[in-house]
Amino acid sequence: MRLTAEEQAMLRGAHGPAVKQGIEYLIKVGEFWGAERLVPVTNVHMMGDIEVMGDGGLKWLECAAGQNARCALNVTTNARSFDFSLVEKLQQDAGEAAKEKKLIGLLQRMNVATTDTCINYQTLYQPHLGERVAWGDTGTVIYANSVFGARSNFESGPAAFAAALTGRVPEYGFQLDRHRKGTFVVKLQADLADLADWGAVGRLVGEPNQNYFQVPVFTDVRRAPSSDELKHLGASLASYGSMGMFHMVGVTPEAPSVEAALGGNRPHREITITNADLERLYRSYDLGDGRCDLIVFSGPQLSLWELKNLAERFDGRKIKHGTQVFVTSSNGVLSAARKLGYVQMLEAAGATLMEGVCFYILQNLSQMRQRNGWSNMISNSAKIVNIIGAHRFNTILRRTQDCVDIALEGRLR
Amino acid sequence: MSGVLDTIRVERAFGATVEGEAVVSDEGFSPRYDLDRWSGVITKPGHKLEGTQIKDKIVFFPTAKGGIAAGWAFYDIKCKGIAPRALVFGVTNPVMVQGAVFADMTITEGWSRPAREVIRTGDWVRVDPARRVIELLRRALPQPQR
Repeated sequence: MRLTAEEQAMLRGAHGPAVKQGIEYLIKVGEFWGAERLVPVTNVHMMGDIEVMGDGGLKWLECAAGQNARCALNVTTNARSFDFSLVEKLQQDAGEAAKEKKLIGLLQRMNVATTDTCINYQTLYQPHLGERVAWGDTGTVIYANSVFGARSNFESGPAAFAAALTGRVPEYGFQLDRHRKGTFVVKLQADLADLADWGAVGRLVGEPNQNYFQVPVFTDVRRAPSSDELKHLGASLASYGSMGMFHMVGVTPEAPSVEAALGGNRPHREITITNADLERLYRSYDLGDGRCDLIVFSGPQLSLWELKNLAERFDGRKIKHGTQVFVTSSNGVLSAARKLGYVQMLEAAGATLMEGVCFYILQNLSQMRQRNGWSNMISNSAKIVNIIGAHRFNTILRRTQDCVDIALEGRLR
Repeated sequence: MSGVLDTIRVERAFGATVEGEAVVSDEGFSPRYDLDRWSGVITKPGHKLEGTQIKDKIVFFPTAKGGIAAGWAFYDIKCKGIAPRALVFGVTNPVMVQGAVFADMTITEGWSRPAREVIRTGDWVRVDPARRVIELLRRALPQPQR
């Protein structure tokens, strides 16, 4: 790999042991992918929570802090595994909560802004066309590449942290023009009236084409989608398909036309998504034992507009006794939603609002499931319906109003 | 090399040369979606390897599933002593590679032939990243007839 003089100095240890380790790591990852050089990035978004890092990861972070590691860029953190105000209510492990607090303290000491949100792209930072960033959480990456036209690979915790220390990433994947071109075409001949429908499209397109380097080009979109709709589509494509980029002709910046989006590639297939495909998908979910006492609005965290919309649907009504409804968002969004009364409307209906977390990352989730006797988890997020599997929930995707009706009436359909 | 029954060439590779018992999956993998990260058992209901222990195994997966978690998770399961010895992917994604490099675990991508045609679960195999090759060293003992 070709290194600049400054990068060679980093490699020699001129900027301290943490930067040296960081650049050594980036070079190893880059060499795997055949990267020829490192490129500078402007912004970092990293995952770092105790549920996924474990004791080993926490100890590693302590060592880094001990070496006076300091992030050189603006760094934000992804959703984590505790909302500290709910540890007792959810009967989460107090010892693990203490470790999460310690972890947050270490990150802050190293110049990380612990914002704890997976919707940084809606709330914290919007990179411009061509801007290189190092983001983690696949939903943030696919949004950055597709909707902003920015450039990021999936940069997981250690990779994002190394990028934050060095200000660089290896140039491969979506950092390169050649991987940003569409590889197949998807005609959207469906109404797509609900967020769940956009997530469902992500499943229908992602699952059979599971490959990071597959880039779908959506055509025939019937109206300009909202940020939340693109968020659910992207999060689902990334989750089911491990995909990091899509184009939508006339909507996303690198797709003024099908030809431009394909950039000379011959599409290897063409898929059409119709209303009938969506209905078939909704009907395909196994209803398990028919229980419907867990409804989750999370994964990704809700935007202010999703919270407003949900508050209006629940306004003045009561969630059925014994049913639990969880809604997750960021500190920033919830602060605004509280000021505007949306939080109060949801809480009056009986929903539990959670800050800075995502439901599937919650510490002790498997034990929580067992303790509550939860079997089915119902959500309007295709991503969370997919991702929560290892905790052994039977998951069911439903449209937003169906989720609300199930919560109010206690009847699964 | 003597004693090698068959080989698969790989396109990209990182890590030390390792040997171990193969587990061959027809379904992709994510440590967050599919794996109980406290026991090393694949627990996602309906996963084609549901119930399979991957500790110390050489695991063959055709694809990588989404999910950023692998970046930290491989190091975590290595610290817990339940990591596989090598991850052998048909197609992988950056997160798997970042996680494996961070945990100093052997990882490869790309198969010259479909792994399923060459390797069966229970076979003893060697993964040699420097030579970019996977070698079948010993066939699994035949399962007793029921």
